[in-house]
Amino acid sequence: MEIPYTVAVRPDTGLNNVKLGIWLFLASEVMLFGGLFSTYVLLRMGAVEWPLGAEFLNIPIGTVNTAILIASSVTMVMAYASLKLGDFAKYKTYMLATVLLPVLFLCIKGYEYYEKVQHDHLPSHSTFLAIYWTMTALHGIHIIGGIAVNGYFWGPGSKMWHTKPAMFENRVEAAGLYWHFVDLVWIFLFPVLYLL
Amino acid sequence: MSGNAEEVRKHIAIYKKIAGALAVGTIVTVLASYLDVSVALGITIALIIASTKASLVAVYFMHLGEERSQWLNLTLGMTAAFWLVLMLVPLFTFSDHIGVAKTLPNANAPMEHAAEAH
Repeated sequence: MEIPYTVAVRPDTGLNNVKLGIWLFLASEVMLFGGLFSTYVLLRMGAVEWPLGAEFLNIPIGTVNTAILIASSVTMVMAYASLKLGDFAKYKTYMLATVLLPVLFLCIKGYEYYEKVQHDHLPSHSTFLAIYWTMTALHGIHIIGGIAVNGYFWGPGSKMWHTKPAMFENRVEAAGLYWHFVDLVWIFLFPVLYLL
Repeated sequence: MSGNAEEVRKHIAIYKKIAGALAVGTIVTVLASYLDVSVALGITIALIIASTKASLVAVYFMHLGEERSQWLNLTLGMTAAFWLVLMLVPLFTFSDHIGVAKTLPNANAPMEHAAEAH
């Protein structure tokens, strides 16, 4: 039996099930990160002293990582647009970039973590570092998830384009929505942790 | 986004502009952090820039500007409302202390065991 409304729009919701599903998932993700941001505000407001992010974190490295994630969001949307134009070769190129850019992001983040460990700036060091490690590590896990999904749609999953192109477009769109959300979280994490 | 090639190309042109705006926004965010302003103003400026960048991503890259589904609007509206509640929790926590008298020990008040001390 085929799952209904994976491509066609459901008359009652005005969306196909793929899109409704991914938006409901993203809504739960907003709550997850929202809870952590709320915790951050509570801890910061309640702290007698709070360090500037620059005291512990490297702003140029954070800025480069922000640029990398934004670039990967752009390549993701370009990959989707390439599918809409029926240009599979361009899709593959943009999708490969979307997979590799966050790998670079993780390498840089790994270097940052390595430096923190070297200086004994572990979560147990201070409340600021505890929330820094928690939020960036959770975001990092989301990045790894995104790399896995996008990597699948770049590699073995892309075969679907030749058999069910409309369904494949929908899947890439859903993966793209998730990926833009991950970028969106970092857009807030960067100033909150590094600059304020 | 529909499959119409002309429309997709228009979208691509917009994506490039948004990419430029996001790059500029990132630079402005970093530069703004060096402004010699109070912490509260600094936080406000940084969050305004971040919210603008996030809106650009949501409206153009996530195509929220084109979605017309009432179910999606309902989902996102409820998400925004609960997110706001989450953000207000710290504020409520601190406003709970407003008006609670916090007085320093009165040096002129008689000590509890003053008599015993003599």
